[in-house]
Amino acid sequence: MTDPVDAFRTRILERKPLRLRGGGSKDFYGGPLSGEILDTRVHAGIIGYEPTELVITARAGTPLAEIKSALATRRQVLACEPPAFGAATLGGVVAAGLSGPRRATAGSLRDYVLGVKLMDGEGRELNFGGQVMKNVAGYDVSRLIAGSLGTLGLILEVSLKVLPQPPADVTLQLAMPQDKALEAINRWAGQPVPLVANCWQDGVLTLRLAGSQAAVAAACEKLGGERLAAAAAFWEGLQEQTADFFVGDEPLWRLSLPSVTPPLDLPGPVLIEWGGAQRWLRGTVDAADLHRVAATAGGHASLFRGGDKSGGVFAPLSPGLMEVHRKLKQSFDPYGVFNPGRLFPEL
Amino acid sequence: MNQEASVIDRTQDLAHPERALLLAELAGILPPNALLSADEDLKPYECDGLTAYRCLPWAVALPQDEGQVLAVLKVCHARKVPLVVRGAGTGLSGGATPVVQGVVLSLAKFMRILEIDPVARLARVQPGVRNIAISEAVAPHGLYYAPDPSSQIACTIGGNVAENSGGVHCLKYGLTVHNVVKLRVALMNGDVIEIGSHAPDTPGYDLLALMIGSEGMLGVVLEASVKLTPKPPTAQVVMASFDSVIDAGNAVAAIIAAGIIPAGLEMMDKLATAAVEDFVHAGYDLTAAAILLAESDGTAEEVAEEVATMSAVLEKSGARQLKISQSEAERLKYWAGRKAAFPAVGRITPDYMCMDGTIPRKHLSHVLTRIAELSEEFHLRCANVFHAGDGNLHPLIMFDARVPGETERAIAFGAKILELSVDVGGTITGEHGVGIEKVQQMCVQFSTDELEAFHAVKAAFDPLALLNPGKAVPMPRHCSEYRLIGSAR
Repeated sequence: MTDPVDAFRTRILERKPLRLRGGGSKDFYGGPLSGEILDTRVHAGIIGYEPTELVITARAGTPLAEIKSALATRRQVLACEPPAFGAATLGGVVAAGLSGPRRATAGSLRDYVLGVKLMDGEGRELNFGGQVMKNVAGYDVSRLIAGSLGTLGLILEVSLKVLPQPPADVTLQLAMPQDKALEAINRWAGQPVPLVANCWQDGVLTLRLAGSQAAVAAACEKLGGERLAAAAAFWEGLQEQTADFFVGDEPLWRLSLPSVTPPLDLPGPVLIEWGGAQRWLRGTVDAADLHRVAATAGGHASLFRGGDKSGGVFAPLSPGLMEVHRKLKQSFDPYGVFNPGRLFPEL
Repeated sequence: MNQEASVIDRTQDLAHPERALLLAELAGILPPNALLSADEDLKPYECDGLTAYRCLPWAVALPQDEGQVLAVLKVCHARKVPLVVRGAGTGLSGGATPVVQGVVLSLAKFMRILEIDPVARLARVQPGVRNIAISEAVAPHGLYYAPDPSSQIACTIGGNVAENSGGVHCLKYGLTVHNVVKLRVALMNGDVIEIGSHAPDTPGYDLLALMIGSEGMLGVVLEASVKLTPKPPTAQVVMASFDSVIDAGNAVAAIIAAGIIPAGLEMMDKLATAAVEDFVHAGYDLTAAAILLAESDGTAEEVAEEVATMSAVLEKSGARQLKISQSEAERLKYWAGRKAAFPAVGRITPDYMCMDGTIPRKHLSHVLTRIAELSEEFHLRCANVFHAGDGNLHPLIMFDARVPGETERAIAFGAKILELSVDVGGTITGEHGVGIEKVQQMCVQFSTDELEAFHAVKAAFDPLALLNPGKAVPMPRHCSEYRLIGSAR
């Protein structure tokens, strides 16, 4: 049998556009799909897991589910809670760079990337970063790869930092209008309260408190509200977008905003996460309008799922930034092999 | 280090005709007090915290506003004059050492905190703002800036961005890369770009990750927006002493296995402990082979719970003595020694060199045993200070630069330690940067292809390679020579 990595190289050296794909769980995400599929799932498996060093290393095609269950045996987690959207693989998780409900406090997926082994457009295997927490040798290319949607190279292996599961985890719900909820969660976030995730929808603010038993108990006392019994299902519904809000074919827009942005007048139902920094919107809207609204607030909008992708799905870059992007793309992928147009039409 | 320790002192051709032309042009765009060119004025800029390497710059520009920075960049770009950006000059790897026939661009005058938003928990600051000044300014809001490198009273945010600085609390609170959300950056050609934003997950490539830790080689930081963290109401530190460094290392693993991420987790070996006890009188156990400091922070309830768990784990791991700080004064006293470890070692030796490898912690005993062997081999003492939680080891190699050959021996000893770090799957630098000090060891850690990729990244920002040239990433051909010498040894 041919070594999968050699087979990848052969494909890459043909210099024809490739669509890098793991479980295909995020086929909906990013720009239009093009190129022939290169399936990474043949290159799978956990290479090393060191619970006391807080590091797991696995091949790109490893299912996220497999990684999560390995971590669960040692009561550890990926604290940034990347969504699986079904059959996600580690490579896809890193390429998409998406994070889940705990992102505002635990940090984003890229914050947990320690090292990446990449195959570039010349078929060269390149190692960046490593398996240690602190590493400033060379530019931080491994974090550059996170969220690059596979446009800079084929991810072969990834090392991620992992964290212990919090000993206590409680979810509370409070009735609160949007403006008051935004104000409250921003205020609490500036206090030593173990508030790790939050969500506001239809007049209900849901708060997740996690940490030591004592800290969570004290915070429950302070914040009030009612305990939510089906807490795990609630947060999973957000992380995996299986909650009612996300169901259906209406386009789903994601607004990334400074958390303190007041309620925006948006043409459709809204769900707020990350202390106000991530706001989801359902509906067919004027893309240019929405980009303007988000930019005015100091953030950006992206068409997350469905809708008309012809104008690009992410907020366009300034010419200066696009120039740097082009040069980076050119240096890692000189023949335009990797996921053309998936991130920006120009790349 | 002493003046005599200077092992590389590049003499500059200050009479070069190009220099006169450059100075005339810079004088036209900078106020008179913002341009230094007299020998005695240049002298303070000839090195940074890595004093073994020196080089007098052709000029030092101290612009006062962004327009002047961009003008200096444009002049240097047009004349193809290399430029080194400098903050407080506290770096330990020579990142701010001037380059031959180059200009130093000091951002020391950019000391303003532009905006504090306590509700959004963000501060927007100029690059010359000192790390601790941010925490001081936001303290009334119950917030602070989490990364706390030992040099935090002096070092600047611009320099922290360049080096991706850490500190004793970064296992729990992250490095600079986890705490900076936006940068305003000037490129070498004078163009300005903004990367990141006050909103999460800016579209496009994560250029923040590239800029942070780029050692001043990609762009000049004009402004930085940093995250502010709620100040934990209480903190307590547990001090444990062990009969062997192996037991202490295992205790660290056991704490993490118990599901605790301590706010700080530091280790010192016997030699380091003796040096600091003599200096700060913190009451350390001088007979222990290793001392471990484990800190918990948070609400009073949280800290009590964590300290109890950690104490139990430490006892079970063979700690022969445990002390828990009973007051803030006592906590600070326990930390004082660790924080003063470098100057304390500086008191017992004429000169020392600080290494900065990071290793997977499971290899700690092997690495420390090997360092002890190397210490014998090179006839130089070495004290070890260890950010135990994240595997970042700071061996302090002691030497006397006045003794012929000792400086060279210390450098060779250091190189061996760095190579050892790479051998066990670690890195040559955890937080101090490569600079000029470790540029050769980059050849050990990275392949020629990887180094070429780094050069390509640089070219995307600075195609003429004028920003801090020769630092951090070696030319592949230099590596071939280094690897040849290495194999011949």
